[in-house]
Amino acid sequence: MNKLVYLVPLFPLIGFLINGLGRKLLSKPAIGFVGCGAILASFVTSLVLFFQVKNHGAIPVEQLFTFIDVQSFKIAFAFQVDQLSSLFLLIITGIGFLIHLYSTAYMQEEEPQHFGRYFAYLNLFVFSMLLLVLGANYVIMFMGWEGVGLCSYLLIGYWFKNDNYNYAAKKAFVMNRIGDLGFLLAVFWIIVRLGTVNYADVFAAAKTLSNFDVTVITILLFVGAMGKSAQIPLYTWLPDAMAGPTPVSALIHAATMVTAGIYMIARSNVLYSMSHVAMNLIAIVGLVTALFAATIAIKQNDIKKVLAYSTVSQLGYMFLGLGVGAYTGSVFHVMTHAFFKALLFLGAGSVIHAMHHEQDIRNMGGLKKKLPITHITFLIGCIAISGIPPFSGFFSKDEILAAAYAHNPIYWGVGVATAGLTAFYMFRLYATTFLGKFRGTHDQEHHLHESPSAMTIPLIVLAALSVLGGMVGIPEILGGHHELQHFLAPVLTTEKHHEIEHGTEFMLMGISVALAAIAIAVAILRYSKKPEMADATGFGKVLANKWYVDELYDYMVVKPLNTMALFFKNIVEKSGIDGLVNGVGKFVNYGSRQMRLLQSGQVSAYVLMMVLAMVVMLLIWLQEGFILRTFSKIFN
Amino acid sequence: MPIQYYIYLALALFSIGVIGVLVRRNAIIVFMCIELMLNAVNLLLVAFSKMHHGVAFATDKTSTVGIDGQLFVFFIMVVAAAEVSVGLAIIVMLYRNTHSVDVNFLNRLKN
Repeated sequence: MNKLVYLVPLFPLIGFLINGLGRKLLSKPAIGFVGCGAILASFVTSLVLFFQVKNHGAIPVEQLFTFIDVQSFKIAFAFQVDQLSSLFLLIITGIGFLIHLYSTAYMQEEEPQHFGRYFAYLNLFVFSMLLLVLGANYVIMFMGWEGVGLCSYLLIGYWFKNDNYNYAAKKAFVMNRIGDLGFLLAVFWIIVRLGTVNYADVFAAAKTLSNFDVTVITILLFVGAMGKSAQIPLYTWLPDAMAGPTPVSALIHAATMVTAGIYMIARSNVLYSMSHVAMNLIAIVGLVTALFAATIAIKQNDIKKVLAYSTVSQLGYMFLGLGVGAYTGSVFHVMTHAFFKALLFLGAGSVIHAMHHEQDIRNMGGLKKKLPITHITFLIGCIAISGIPPFSGFFSKDEILAAAYAHNPIYWGVGVATAGLTAFYMFRLYATTFLGKFRGTHDQEHHLHESPSAMTIPLIVLAALSVLGGMVGIPEILGGHHELQHFLAPVLTTEKHHEIEHGTEFMLMGISVALAAIAIAVAILRYSKKPEMADATGFGKVLANKWYVDELYDYMVVKPLNTMALFFKNIVEKSGIDGLVNGVGKFVNYGSRQMRLLQSGQVSAYVLMMVLAMVVMLLIWLQEGFILRTFSKIFN
Repeated sequence: MPIQYYIYLALALFSIGVIGVLVRRNAIIVFMCIELMLNAVNLLLVAFSKMHHGVAFATDKTSTVGIDGQLFVFFIMVVAAAEVSVGLAIIVMLYRNTHSVDVNFLNRLKN
């Protein structure tokens, strides 16, 4: 039965090979069938594995072959399916399948060859992500980690004829590389100190590590997570990553890849719980990111940009949860966020599709009647992300906030403020897009249409999940059992169980829900009739320009680098190295031209030279002692 | 006669030969100057040979010390004779080609 473990990543790999190699031969329906079928098969396998794990506990580590073998140091190519990874398998393949299905309709306008390329990349992405999650050691995780980074780059730059998209792709790749370096260094550090990278061995031996080692390792790993999961200061790539096709944004830049950092830290919870410094750092970075990104999202007018900053903000929440030791809460939020953020992105894609690639919400409005299914599902997504019970977002967000309160009430305060902002900007987006009057061109209005069923079915499924997804983690205070927590307990062994009085907890819930409800009401009242059409001024302009962080990075990093590169190119390279090399050539050239003049062809001149040389040699011979003395005087 | 006289004479002859080779343009004169240098060397060889042999002969009548210098002179004369024939032939050819025996016309090595 355990052969099933290999099948999970194998299907997407086969799909990638078929679509990648046969993209010029296959027809669009065939490509779509292979692409979706591979993920569906993987999903079914994951489902079987999930129930195996649920009923019989974690499946023992499955070793495929020895990947690296250097004397006593061995790295196995091994897969590990336990509670945590089986849950992620379901999220990745389940949402992945829905998005593949959605893509078959969304990308219908592409040429077959590019259609095939798209699905090949998408399958490769799912394969890499599965590798990341399934790996039984840090090296396999790193392979998947790099693989998803590559696929993200390829898919952001999918429309490679547009230079801006290529820049966005490069930006994402470079930003990720910075984080990856941290991850890599952490892995090396672990190898040096413990001589192994297997999770089981590392966690078992973690107690032998010194406090300093643990702190360095965990912070370096967190740097990797910062890059991949778009936290301050490495978050700027994620909003730009919206250059890719919308389903890609939904799959990679909202639901799965960006949660890799959360997975990694949850997986390494044994290490993290040993370092208070790293935990506090994570909590603070997460909190600041959550608030910071939420403020930016308020003033964005691109439908996808709003969602992108919302993703950054929600990822900040997850890190806050990790930082305060609420690993289950974070993983829970990963799951619910995957549902509603994928839903919101796909809904946005449906809107963009209907509006003929219009992304500016100022040109939308009143889409409620024209796109009924998209409207309803989008609304569900907005309610879910705002944390209104009983939608899924409420439970996961509340769990993180409660843990934050137990840790430090200030964290909770900032978190709740962010939750209010979240509700506000999501309903600003909703109201501007779907309510009020249509503000686009007449031509656009004429062509408005609901998307085909391949796009609406995933929306409906995701909407259902967004509504019901919270049911797996109803806290005991609300009469639930929190199945998720019990399920994940064997992996998240260092989970901090906060104890708050029930009265306090009810009050906290009440405050956050009330704040969200007020924010929603304000946003709808304010933006449904009179949306913001003018460009923002004053402080709003700072927010609309994303706090000028891109400009700051440009000024601090890119410009000095370019200046330095120019200096090296013009001064060091051209004058220095080229000058030296060319100088040798020029000197020889010049010298030989001068020497040539001596060769006059006059025999008497040659003879004169000969005689003079003989005279000189004679003199030297005669004055040998004198010359030697002189030389020894000079050089002593 | 003291050996110095021979040396001075040989030096003078050799210098005249060298200067002649350097400054004169007529190939025949250059040629003759070369001969002059050879003969200056010959003169010196004979002089030194006689000097060394004379000292050894005074004590031992059968001594052959120093006579090889005179042997060299014969060789040089033979080589010089061969050289004269070749050199004159070259000069004749030179004259046929350029209607001149001026060595400065012999500058085709340059190119």
